[in-house]
Amino acid sequence: MIIAASHPTVAEPTLDERQLYLPTFVRILDIKPLTDLEKVFTFELPNGRPLGHRPGQFIEVSVLGVGEAPISISSSPSRSNKSFELCVRRVGDVTSALHSLKPGDKVGIRGPFGRGFPFEKFRGKDLLFTPGGLGLAPLRSLINQVIDERAMFGRVVILYGARNPGELLFKDELKHWDEMEDVELYLTVDRGDDSWTGNTGVITTLFRHISVYPRNTVAATCGPPIMYRFVLMELFGKGISEGNIWLSLERRMKCGVGKCGHCQINNVYACQSGPVFSYKEIKGLEEAL
Amino acid sequence: MSLHILKKEDLTEFLTKLLPDYRIAGPVEENGGFIFQEVSSPADLELEYTTTILPPKKFLLPTREVLFKFDNSNGGEIQPPPPAMPTIIFGMHTCDVHAVQLLDQVFSAGHTDPNYVGRRNQTLIISVECLSPCDAHSFCKSMDTLSADEGYDLHLTDLGDSYAVDIGTPAGQQLLEQYAQTSMATPDNVQRLNNVLGEKWPRFPYRLDFDVSDLPSLLNMTMKSPLWNELGERCLACAACTNVCPTCFCFDVRDEIELNLRHGQRVRVWDSCQLDEFATVAGGHNFRTSRALRQRHRFMRKGKYILDAHDYLGCVGCGRCARACLVDITPVGVFNELHRQLEVEGRL
Repeated sequence: MIIAASHPTVAEPTLDERQLYLPTFVRILDIKPLTDLEKVFTFELPNGRPLGHRPGQFIEVSVLGVGEAPISISSSPSRSNKSFELCVRRVGDVTSALHSLKPGDKVGIRGPFGRGFPFEKFRGKDLLFTPGGLGLAPLRSLINQVIDERAMFGRVVILYGARNPGELLFKDELKHWDEMEDVELYLTVDRGDDSWTGNTGVITTLFRHISVYPRNTVAATCGPPIMYRFVLMELFGKGISEGNIWLSLERRMKCGVGKCGHCQINNVYACQSGPVFSYKEIKGLEEAL
Repeated sequence: MSLHILKKEDLTEFLTKLLPDYRIAGPVEENGGFIFQEVSSPADLELEYTTTILPPKKFLLPTREVLFKFDNSNGGEIQPPPPAMPTIIFGMHTCDVHAVQLLDQVFSAGHTDPNYVGRRNQTLIISVECLSPCDAHSFCKSMDTLSADEGYDLHLTDLGDSYAVDIGTPAGQQLLEQYAQTSMATPDNVQRLNNVLGEKWPRFPYRLDFDVSDLPSLLNMTMKSPLWNELGERCLACAACTNVCPTCFCFDVRDEIELNLRHGQRVRVWDSCQLDEFATVAGGHNFRTSRALRQRHRFMRKGKYILDAHDYLGCVGCGRCARACLVDITPVGVFNELHRQLEVEGRL
């Protein structure tokens, strides 16, 4: 086809717009197995530039030929100038492919996308973190950023539950948090084993161990869908207001940019307005929890 | 902008002159129906058509498109798709013009979608004024899409022996000046246009029992209606409704790899909220488990959610989903039934 320059058309899109769906390649620096199903991957961006994320944001991770999946960023922006971490559970095609990779291999990423936790609003507040299972992965990003600016916050209380002791994630870090004098960590497992001497029961059983000053407390929670209803009841039971409870909701975002429709919760696109929401924002959305 | 007159016998010449420079897609008769298709000769185009199975959306958001090709042998090299071809979509009905305006908004809002916008920027629209309803499923008059003030580059109205040509954009004006033999409309032509347009409106029935501006609040009040469960009982979850919809834009992204396991491509394909796995997350939890919830989501998008997000109603009244549905779930039927239920409950 011969196209004369004078044909009525409009300008070409800019370079940045052109790259919306094209991944950037990052190199795996390190892989640490955490449990039978979860590994932590450390990635290095080209030219040593930072990812520029906020806790609670996610990226689209590509293994070419297998596909792309949204995964929340597990490292704190305060600790990852030239690298970042993802905690990945082997659960589908892309995550299984990721688990088979080795340090030095490359994967594609797009993002970071979405709205993370409103970190600035948390300053001066007492913080109550209630991650369940793999929900620790995104909350770890926030918790470590808080710890790195510890003086800016009031109390830091972490209630973390897993199904069994073998599924507790980031055990080294849990030990470190436990040893910190200004972090209160409570652990529980649904089912203990011979070596487990801690609390047994679902995460809600930990709430009886703590009391909080509700007017100055902000809660952040992330876990499997079934967990939210019960954790919310406990948080309300402590008198924490709906606007001070922040949840990170899981959806399978295919595009990350508010187009594909997969993450839509009623009229809200989780990839744009979330994935972090206050309970106040989602309580009217029937499909949220 | 301004009104020109194109003699009917000059239309073929206009299109013939465009063909070397543009890919031309328009309505073509096939198996007793009509489809939008790329043509190699203007003679294949049928401007007097009822409706098409798929909307012309497919030229802007193809059913399947390559986002990039990759070569895994060298740590992953990617090659973006070639730039879009200059395209003219000819003969678009005004319902579809309204739908494209919505799609333009969706794909340019927030993050600009380079693939859609790249094609859209290379696409000119020559639409046509509908003078009678496509069939009994059309409800364009109720949706206020029976005509269009904008959204086209050129717009044709059949005046009998000639077309009145409305110029919608500078690009349309340039197209007309460069490729067509036209004359400025005379007062007689304008009078004829008034008559044609004046005569057309009574031919189209209102089919909603209420004003379309009430549709979003109607849906707001009927989230818990028992009708959704009834639709869920009937719906086959075949996704025909969303596949033929001119305003549906949801998609899936998939990788395809060749047998050598090195070369492949990432493709984007149309997807449907009516399919079981659409709102499923890793680990298997599904946030819209039933057909009832998925039908409700579809109608909420059409009459409310898309309007909330983009200021355009998500339904243009073309009737394609109603024609495609095997169990006779129709927007007119659903919206009117919801309205009737509120009336019976005394909630209006």
